[in-house]
Amino acid sequence: MSDIIRLTAAELADKLAAGEVSSVEATQAHLDRIAAVDGDVHAFLHVNEKALDAAADIDRRRAAGEQLGPIAGVPLAVKDVLVTTDMPSTSGSKILEGYMSPFDATVVARSRAAGLVPLGKTNMDEFAMGSSTEHSAYGPTHNPWDLERIPGGSGGGSAAAVAAFEAPLALGSDTGGSIRQPAHVTGTVGMKPTYGGVSRYGAIALASSLDQVGPVTRTVLDAGLLHDVIGGHDPHDSTSLTDAWPSFADAAREGAGGDVLKGLKVGVVKELPDSGFQAGVAESFRASLDVLQAHGAEIVEISAPHFEYGVAAYYLILPAEASSNLAKFDSVRFGMRVDLNGGTVEDVMAATRDAGFGDEVKRRIILGTYALSAGYYDAYYGSAQKVRTLIQQDFTNAFAEVDVIATPSAPTTAFKLGEKIGDPLQMYLNDLTTIPANLAGVPGISIPSGLASDDGLPVGIQFLAPAREDARLYRVGAALEAALVDSWGGPLLDRAPVLGGAR
Amino acid sequence: MVSEITPDLVRHLGVLARIRLSDDEVERLTGQLDVIVDNIAKVSQVATPDVAATSHPIALQNVFRPDEVGQTLTHEQALQNAPDAADGRFRVTAILGEEQ
Repeated sequence: MSDIIRLTAAELADKLAAGEVSSVEATQAHLDRIAAVDGDVHAFLHVNEKALDAAADIDRRRAAGEQLGPIAGVPLAVKDVLVTTDMPSTSGSKILEGYMSPFDATVVARSRAAGLVPLGKTNMDEFAMGSSTEHSAYGPTHNPWDLERIPGGSGGGSAAAVAAFEAPLALGSDTGGSIRQPAHVTGTVGMKPTYGGVSRYGAIALASSLDQVGPVTRTVLDAGLLHDVIGGHDPHDSTSLTDAWPSFADAAREGAGGDVLKGLKVGVVKELPDSGFQAGVAESFRASLDVLQAHGAEIVEISAPHFEYGVAAYYLILPAEASSNLAKFDSVRFGMRVDLNGGTVEDVMAATRDAGFGDEVKRRIILGTYALSAGYYDAYYGSAQKVRTLIQQDFTNAFAEVDVIATPSAPTTAFKLGEKIGDPLQMYLNDLTTIPANLAGVPGISIPSGLASDDGLPVGIQFLAPAREDARLYRVGAALEAALVDSWGGPLLDRAPVLGGAR
Repeated sequence: MVSEITPDLVRHLGVLARIRLSDDEVERLTGQLDVIVDNIAKVSQVATPDVAATSHPIALQNVFRPDEVGQTLTHEQALQNAPDAADGRFRVTAILGEEQ
């Protein structure tokens, strides 16, 4: 396997700036890798035919002495939920097959402006509904650590792409854990920013009060570098915060020094006992807490009594909002239309939505329609919104005592493809630890904590911080990452099995 | 709260959501939704009257932009993904059925 694809984005950016590697070489190396392994992994739904042109343009501009951004020339994979003008955008659904957007999502436009080279669009659960990518209308993605297992979801394609060295950087979206849980099961890094920290303009909406776009990478520094490119106010997104943000790459570099852990108060949630997790996951989590403690952090037990209602509230709020957002797929203005040889617009619409949406999407639309219907609204949707308040209060109380909260990123390591597909409720419970952050709008990051001793698969640790304190997560995440990589003698992904083809 | 998911209710929800569900789908969804609703109904245990509802994770005021023409799609762009179009407009089948 080529050395170029093993580089982190930060390392590759340095070599590009120094002229040791061209963007065309870097892009070609990743395209070769995709050609070699993506038949097995299926991280990509579409590979960008113009990637080399974009790379050549960056090389020309650099040669001409133009001042380029810090990661210009680095290839980027884009989750298919983000619309792009030069590649189809399907959000993993048949109803949008072949859809070509007349505009770029803001995060894509900013990535292009920063000189990143879009390699292609990554696979995902249909409309980001799922935790395994098995709900993609285009077939599942396979976990590079074990091709029989799920890569997480909904952003399994982005996580698998960076884990399989098909891209150094990827964009994801996180509505209930779709960036962080795939990071957990693939031994990679995933960051969900503060709600409003990154523009959602051009992100095909799932649940508007929960969705957030963020970076998917192999290192905390790389996540910070990408976050710096995509973050900040966007007048096209009315929920976009107007805050001035610090450099998250700088925060990661500062954190890697390790001093940030001295005196850091790390909250551990009493209501998430080890018994709720696979033994190997709980063990890896505890070992990471020991490392934090050894570097001067203080572990403090906190109480978040309403977290246990988070999944229930989420599966009312999300379907309710999704059923509204997905009403736009009406067979009139874009997307699929079933030809009924007559029938009214409504007949065609209903037949199209039956044919174009997959099982999970229909399930959630019907559930959301139920939760919002007269007679049930107060009991279900109204109550879920109150739980949201209670979970926010849990966070407020906790952050009065601690600087960050730590949890395992998900209850288990990667499960087998097909294992939970027939049991939607079991699939939903997979998001237990990630959902509270979306309900409260706070940022969360998942970084690799090691391999589970019981099955040898990757485990992630999640850190949560108060809203707007994203930089704190980069400092703490980078500090723990540095300590762990040091103890392992190299990155966790060095221990991933070799994929077929390129060696 | 006792869940009351019945096949008739699911079929009705399908009509409201504009999804023409087959009988098989109705049967499958009825069983699945029953289990899911039983589980998520527990939100009412802690959602007491004294708790305020939160609709949005970070409080925001209405956001307005200046009332000026900004970026807009051209006719061609607006129609480029239309399943059917004619004379610069979206074309659809009959708006009203015979009984209307």
